[in-house]
Amino acid sequence: MNWIYEFPFQLTIDTSAIDKGVRSFALTFDAVLRVIRQGLTNILLTISDILTFIPWWVLVLFVIVLYFKQSKKIGMSLVYGGLLALIGFTGLWTLMISTLSIVITAVILSVALGFPFGLLLSLSERANRIMRPVLDTMQTMPVFVYLIPALLLFGLGRVPAVMATVIYAIVPIIRLTNLGIRQVNPEIVEASRSFGATTIQTLIKVQIPQAFTTIMAGLNQTLMMAMAMVVTASMIGAPGLGMEVLISVNRIEVGRGLVSGTAIVIVAIILDRLSQGWVKPHSEEESL
Amino acid sequence: MKPILYVEGVNKIFGSHKEEALKLSKKGVSKNEILEKTGATCALLDVSLEVNPGETFVIIGLSGSGKSTLVRMFNRLNDPTHGKIFFKNQDLAQLNKEQLRNFRREKIAMVFQHFGLMSHRTVLRNVEYGLEIRGVGPELKKEKAMEMINLVGLTGFENSRIDQLSGGMKQRVGLARALANDPEVLLMDEPFSALDPLVKKDMQFELLKIQQKMKKTIVFITHDINEAFKLGDRVAIMKDGKVIQVDTPENMMANPADEYVTRFIEGADKTAIMSVKHVMITPTTIVFKDDGFNKVIREMRTNNVSSAYVVDDEMKFLGVVGLDSAMRLKDKAATLMDLVEEVETISPNQSVSEILPLASQTRVPLAVVEDGRLIGIVSKASVLTLIANDVVVDHSDEELDSTLA
Repeated sequence: MNWIYEFPFQLTIDTSAIDKGVRSFALTFDAVLRVIRQGLTNILLTISDILTFIPWWVLVLFVIVLYFKQSKKIGMSLVYGGLLALIGFTGLWTLMISTLSIVITAVILSVALGFPFGLLLSLSERANRIMRPVLDTMQTMPVFVYLIPALLLFGLGRVPAVMATVIYAIVPIIRLTNLGIRQVNPEIVEASRSFGATTIQTLIKVQIPQAFTTIMAGLNQTLMMAMAMVVTASMIGAPGLGMEVLISVNRIEVGRGLVSGTAIVIVAIILDRLSQGWVKPHSEEESL
Repeated sequence: MKPILYVEGVNKIFGSHKEEALKLSKKGVSKNEILEKTGATCALLDVSLEVNPGETFVIIGLSGSGKSTLVRMFNRLNDPTHGKIFFKNQDLAQLNKEQLRNFRREKIAMVFQHFGLMSHRTVLRNVEYGLEIRGVGPELKKEKAMEMINLVGLTGFENSRIDQLSGGMKQRVGLARALANDPEVLLMDEPFSALDPLVKKDMQFELLKIQQKMKKTIVFITHDINEAFKLGDRVAIMKDGKVIQVDTPENMMANPADEYVTRFIEGADKTAIMSVKHVMITPTTIVFKDDGFNKVIREMRTNNVSSAYVVDDEMKFLGVVGLDSAMRLKDKAATLMDLVEEVETISPNQSVSEILPLASQTRVPLAVVEDGRLIGIVSKASVLTLIANDVVVDHSDEELDSTLA
């Protein structure tokens, strides 16, 4: 009667076979992976160069003006500008630029892949059913798990960090694009079809503009998740504020950890507030 | 006249076991029982009808009667399960994707119950939509759209946003958008149902006005019998997916096909549909202008009336002479014509509701005159009888609603 409290048999999963599989994949597709790596590195460097080229006070002013344009609150605009400048005054500006370039690259990639993918899911009921558990898995899998294959395929540094970040952060933009398109008033879609519009015409002229607000909410979430992932990604050698936090953890330096942690929070808040501006309904913006 | 739209034996069944459901329905099993037994919903059953070019064809029925499903088949937003629909000689089911798009772009346009307007576009850009889909150049597109905006009375609002407009204005945009493509057929799916009663009346009037100018074929869906009879040249009444009767409003009032139609019609404001010619009677006392006073007085006394209608030799109506004045003045006046009072006349094609105020004030029955000739009279009593019937109706209308709820 052992089986009442114990499992009658054990399955042995050969995890080393999976490891081997991934390794041999890395070897076989070395050429392809190298191209991806090179391409991503180029994007990263370009963005990083641009961000480094911009003088710090221009970026601070940019944040102030942009937030003021959205909210018309001069006080809060100055606060956000001040907080951003504070990062520079504590000597973390260069690290922040590194972090920001990884985040921006990851977000650009996420949107470039996730937006069309979300559209596809909105058009096909079957694809949607199949992809739902996959998306759930992508979102709930502990983020560290993504680091290992990223490390194996792309080595150490920013490129695997971007890859791991994209896998984690792409989900909201896919989901909310899909949801946004599906939530468009069916009568409007019907109206468009009744005028003889093709599927593509309806999508571009009606569904995407009508779903714009929801899609922008997805972009905002993708941005936030990319920001959160950046700290974790420092474990595979992504430079930036996350690395600073990681070093403090390893050396048990509370103060240093707190300062760099706060810097991450500041960047996250500023990115969130600025991207909230896009979420505002389309029509409201037009009336301004 | 060759019909522009021709529906032949159309069924529409949603869900599984379609054939089984159809068999059951042919045996006369009710819609609900079929749903229970087979899980299939019969939206339309053996519908056949014709729409003639230039007419306003109204389809009326309660919700769930299949009228919206039917109208969506004319532009193939829905396809029939069985049966055929023709536009002129073209079987719509035979159109391939591209032909269908062109058919929708050029021949047919639709107005929706909840407007179906795009909130991210201005009024002008909404009206331009159909033209834009067809690939019309920017200048012509704008010109045509502006023309339609003016036609529906929205001049000056072309740059407004949709959410700044009232319901009635929104539907004007919907109408302008549909008309901009210059379609041969205009489908209107309960276009005024979402509007409040006063605005609804305005819009009905507006549509009649526009229709006079444009002379489109209109297929109009409604659940309001008054709207149906006001707008429709012919009306099809539907119940549980079947067409019960197709006829002109007058004929439908006169000869309802069954109990259901009778009860439906009873809800209608009869004074709006019935015209004067339906209620007028032959005048009893007609006198000629050269008749002598004594003859006139005798005539009135015999017929037991207090006034007589005076005509000339060609039956041209001249006026009314009262018994009182004839008695009092017969010695003073030279001819009968000196005593004739001019009265307001009505025409046989006016609706009873139009003459209601006149009928309620008049002392003598109203004279119905066509081409100057007296052809009948309408008494207060005959108008009242018509209205009295309506009162009975309101009561049974409630019954109808409760049995169908």
